[in-house]
Amino acid sequence: MDSLEIFTEKLLVELDSFPADSLKPDTHYRQLPEWSSMHVLIIIAFCETEYGITVTGEDLRGCSTLRDLHNLLLTRQ
Amino acid sequence: MPSTISAWEFAFPESTYSSEDFYREFPAIKRGNLEKTGVLKRHVASDGEFGSDLAFNAARKLMENLQLDPGSIDYLLYLSCDLDYYAPTTAGILHHRLGLKSSAGALDLVQGCSGYLYGLQIADALAQSGTHKRVLLLTASLLTKYIHPQDKGNRFLFGDAASATLIEHTNQGGLGPFLMGNDGSGAEAIIIKNGRSRHPGVDDNAPEIVDEFGNITTDNHLQMDGLAVFRFTMRTVPELVSTYLSQQRLTFNDIDLFVFHQPNLYLNELLRKKLRIPEDRFVHCIENYGNTVQNSIPLALHHAATTGQLRMGMRVLLCGFGSGFSWGITLLQYEQHAS
Repeated sequence: MDSLEIFTEKLLVELDSFPADSLKPDTHYRQLPEWSSMHVLIIIAFCETEYGITVTGEDLRGCSTLRDLHNLLLTRQ
Repeated sequence: MPSTISAWEFAFPESTYSSEDFYREFPAIKRGNLEKTGVLKRHVASDGEFGSDLAFNAARKLMENLQLDPGSIDYLLYLSCDLDYYAPTTAGILHHRLGLKSSAGALDLVQGCSGYLYGLQIADALAQSGTHKRVLLLTASLLTKYIHPQDKGNRFLFGDAASATLIEHTNQGGLGPFLMGNDGSGAEAIIIKNGRSRHPGVDDNAPEIVDEFGNITTDNHLQMDGLAVFRFTMRTVPELVSTYLSQQRLTFNDIDLFVFHQPNLYLNELLRKKLRIPEDRFVHCIENYGNTVQNSIPLALHHAATTGQLRMGMRVLLCGFGSGFSWGITLLQYEQHAS
């Protein structure tokens, strides 16, 4: 599993519709105006394709930040 | 004797709804996210337009293009969720409107995004039975009528269309074999609950269901669990394609072109990458139509033929998947000109 910094860097490439510097490891991403259902799919696909880890919508609802998500992935590897 | 697709045609509702129209209607939505679906424009039906009318128009165009005698058609299949009446069949009404001979059969089929594969399979079986040499397969989707006006995600995604496909005996090329499947545990992932026998009519007091992104639906409207559909697709389709090719003793390199149902660009790109299919052998056709349900595969075939991506002699893999959950896959040896 990548470090939080590398994980965030890779995920931001996929989540390219957020303005630069608006999404950091401790940002509450649901509060960003750009946050949409498309991002949920992108994050789930990213976790599956990049790390081979299945994340559900329920899992994502329990995460508020990319740090939460990274911690979740660490428990699943 | 094998059968093949020998021609196709299409019809669309008069009105279109562009992404610019969408952002004018919903100015609070930030650009950049929904664009990943790949949709720029879609046709949307008005209250006075019906699936059978669009299918009729597509069939007439096909018959005119080919100067086809209606009396030469041996069977009509109408595949749609948009049926005119509880009874009789819409196919029977279209049979009369198109002037088919009384000895030609007519049958309705109900299926969603995998529907074109189901329609082709039955048309192919009829054609191969020896008594129905020429089968007309009509598909129509007017799903936008059933999307809640405030269901922004689905309004961006879906478009309406109808197609007419002629399936007939051939001496070269052909369709099949088919591999189909269904998993009814996914029934509620894509559903319109009201309007049929279990919940007749429309419930004017149906409560609104609001998701975390502010999309609204009710039991009278399309309800789609995008995550469930996503997981079904990513779990089922790659395995389906690999299993099918293995059964046919083929490899990915033996397939000249892959034509999948077009749910959205992002999902199909994930599938393409997971299956390691080169870009030039995979058809995308969603930009000007949106997700047109049963019509997406023939539209993609037509698009590929128009752009030169689909050429005579190619071995094409067709794959449909969606509500039900349901799926189907087959091969098309493309040997005849389309309209």
